[in-house]
Amino acid sequence: MPYPELMIAPMRQEVTRLGVQELKTVAEVDAALGDAEGTAFVFVNSMCGCAAGGARPALAKALAGSAPKPGKMVTVFAGQDLEATARVRSYFGAYQPSSPSAALMKNGEVVAFIHRHEIEGRSPDQIASAITAAFEAHCA
Amino acid sequence: MSGMVLHPGHDDLHGITVLVEGTSGRTYVGRWHERQERGVVMRDTAILEPGSDRDAWLAQLRKFGVPPEHRTLVIQAEEFVSVGKF
Repeated sequence: MPYPELMIAPMRQEVTRLGVQELKTVAEVDAALGDAEGTAFVFVNSMCGCAAGGARPALAKALAGSAPKPGKMVTVFAGQDLEATARVRSYFGAYQPSSPSAALMKNGEVVAFIHRHEIEGRSPDQIASAITAAFEAHCA
Repeated sequence: MSGMVLHPGHDDLHGITVLVEGTSGRTYVGRWHERQERGVVMRDTAILEPGSDRDAWLAQLRKFGVPPEHRTLVIQAEEFVSVGKF
């Protein structure tokens, strides 16, 4: 069940202020990811404090670093924007849904995926390192 | 964030993806919700039956994530052997 938007708004803004485009509809998802060419980073945001509370600062740290960046950076909010999130996950192929999570796609294929279980209990620095490693491996 | 409990009333494992061993030989991977008198409540859990290739199954889950075969599952107290972080 979606949470009140008033609670969610700061969590959305913590990501969008980094220059990450938020996708709220199926049409927006298809417009962003339908063109498979190049690299796209997808951050699946979440209300969960114990995991997403580390993932969002990690994303900020990764984007502030010097690693090459993907051509597109988009986000959906799991549990809130249900249809957009389901649509994004349809692009992930065999990767199972979890939130928070992050995928790096290249030419329409997932080339790196950070699952929730790889975020839980880790510091923002550790999560940022995983994101940065994906950027360095696939976005150069 | 390690050790930080942001869900008042829940234990340290709440929301964490764990691996539970069962007396039946089953292996459970999912998010720990809470421990009750009757057993452990798990969310979005996958189960491996005894006799299957556990290493291959765990490798699959680590790469592709945990398929949410059971949205909510209670592992009965007599089935529960041990728990560890996945």
